[in-house]
Amino acid sequence: MKLHELKARQRARIRSIAAGSEQMDVKLREVGFSEGDEVEMVGAGPLGGRTLAVRLNRTLIALRTSEAELVEVELA
Amino acid sequence: MTTFRLALVGAPNSGKSTLFNGLTGGRAKVANYAGVTVERRSGHFLTPAGRDVELIDLPGIYGLSARSLDERIAVDVISGTAGTDAKPDALLVLMDAADLRTHLHLALQLKSLGRPMLLVLNMIDLASRDGVEIDVRRLENLLGFPVVTACATRKAGRAALLERLDALIGAPVPTAASGDATSLAALQRSARAMAREVIVREPPMNTVTRAIDGVALHPWSGPLLLAAILFLVFQAVFSWAELPMTWIENGFATLGHAVATHVPEGWLRNLLVDGIIAGIGSVIVFLPQIVILFAFILALEASGYMARAAFLMDEMMLRVGLNGRAFIPLLSSFACAIPGMMSTRTIENENDRLTTILVAPLMTCSARLPVYTLIIAAFIPPNAVGPFNLQGLVMFGLYLAGVVSAVAMAFLLKRTLTRGRPQPLLMEMPTYKLPDARDFAINLWLRATSFVIRAGRFIFFVSIILWFLAAFPSDANGIRETWAGMMGSWLEPLLRPIGFNLEIAIALVPGFAAREVAVGALGTVYAIHGDDTTGLAKALQGAWSLPTALAFLAWYVYAPQCMATLAVARREMNSWRWTAFMFIYLFALAYVAAGLTYWTAVWLGL
Repeated sequence: MKLHELKARQRARIRSIAAGSEQMDVKLREVGFSEGDEVEMVGAGPLGGRTLAVRLNRTLIALRTSEAELVEVELA
Repeated sequence: MTTFRLALVGAPNSGKSTLFNGLTGGRAKVANYAGVTVERRSGHFLTPAGRDVELIDLPGIYGLSARSLDERIAVDVISGTAGTDAKPDALLVLMDAADLRTHLHLALQLKSLGRPMLLVLNMIDLASRDGVEIDVRRLENLLGFPVVTACATRKAGRAALLERLDALIGAPVPTAASGDATSLAALQRSARAMAREVIVREPPMNTVTRAIDGVALHPWSGPLLLAAILFLVFQAVFSWAELPMTWIENGFATLGHAVATHVPEGWLRNLLVDGIIAGIGSVIVFLPQIVILFAFILALEASGYMARAAFLMDEMMLRVGLNGRAFIPLLSSFACAIPGMMSTRTIENENDRLTTILVAPLMTCSARLPVYTLIIAAFIPPNAVGPFNLQGLVMFGLYLAGVVSAVAMAFLLKRTLTRGRPQPLLMEMPTYKLPDARDFAINLWLRATSFVIRAGRFIFFVSIILWFLAAFPSDANGIRETWAGMMGSWLEPLLRPIGFNLEIAIALVPGFAAREVAVGALGTVYAIHGDDTTGLAKALQGAWSLPTALAFLAWYVYAPQCMATLAVARREMNSWRWTAFMFIYLFALAYVAAGLTYWTAVWLGL
């Protein structure tokens, strides 16, 4: 499943990142997303929630569903 | 002995500025990088061995694929391609000790550049409090360059860093990496493997931060909390600043009188008192409001809340076509559009940055307040409307008109002239922490002085020119016969259709220097002496109709009546064409809004 499909407080491990988009691959990796890392959906922002708060290891990251879609995860 | 050049590198929120202020005492030299308008902040300090080090504070980066203007500069300096700005001799790499696993790959990426470097695991106190344990020796061995832990805010926390720095300065320069382009994914794999070996203990994320975010990021309570914070900020800006503003006004009035008694009557006295002292005073008087707003912005940034505000605003900004990050520059613009425009440099996308700069002047800056206050006091009765006061409601309406127009304008621009895909949002939300008092004071001082110097220098010259226009030819009988008066009478036919009279047209001419100057100019036109604003309000009541007064207010919501803003906009956008566009569109809006207001009011029989 994709990162944005996680429900609030669901945890998962990252399987792959941005297959097919080299530019987004670099951006996501630089912020710290990497295969095998633990992620947790903290919640969606107000008004329809296209902005997500995700915990990556011990760091909290804000990103949009359009970016989160590029991160393939499996439930922990 | 030559100066050793050390560049401070790290992710946003890794504590670079705090370490910079801690090491240099905040004594920074600010200059521009060659060819671009990004500020280059550097300062000096001595190592324990007495070596002079020049510390260069670079904008935050997550990696070497630079995106925003700020990031590009940082990468250029690190890799030594920044033109005339010589390569730094070494890199001081900062990393949040609380999450080594997520960030360590930056150190490996930088190592591949083959520069001497020192890794600082910063905020070690907070990480230890959480229960994080790192085997620093082991990490050092694995990385092959020195690693220290530090707490940038405390002197004791920086001692180990300084000692290791002396050793680094004496060490031979490492040979550059073999040049094999390792992929970021591969670097991450080795970084994660290293992290597994050196992280002795790693408890779950900071529980306090999780608890606060349960409220602060919640889709319902989050926006409410943000609204409450913003309400508090504006309440403070208006009520706390009142007293110091009176002091400053009185201070400049006293200074003017003192100069007037010591300088003989003549043009020099007029230039000094009415031109220079009054001109500078008109800028300095806003300093209390600006300092209070900056203080809140700095506290929100240092505490970690500002990134949450950007998160909460992102959806709204996205609907307009912008990014949550545009929220911070727009918030600053309520003090003054100048620092607002300067803080757009963190926006990656050029079109988004341009749009944010273009709409920043629509945010009601503090210079509009004296104009609003004067006109509202003169024309709007303090009647109660439900639990509210009509004067307060009009003031709120003017602020709201600015915000709504900025949103509408950004929406239009992003669909026409500055079209482009919305920029992705990828932003760390740091762990909450209490701002350090000394660091906070240094940053506030830096921001306030940079505002005074930037705006003041410009207003100084413009006020001399405008004084000249309003004082000559010297045989003029009253302001109407001066050059400013003549320019006003040329403008008058143009402004008559929107309800403005000759006196307003004349006052608008010096009002171009800065909006608030129009109040003084109206005083001159209606021959009110000194700072007698109640007298001026009375004079206006007799001379203006209510529709004219309302049209004047509407004009001030939009009009680009501030040359300093235009000058900074030109520099930040690096384009005369966009500056001209900004000037024209704001004027067009001002004209239409004032006209609509005037004729609607006339039609309503007000």
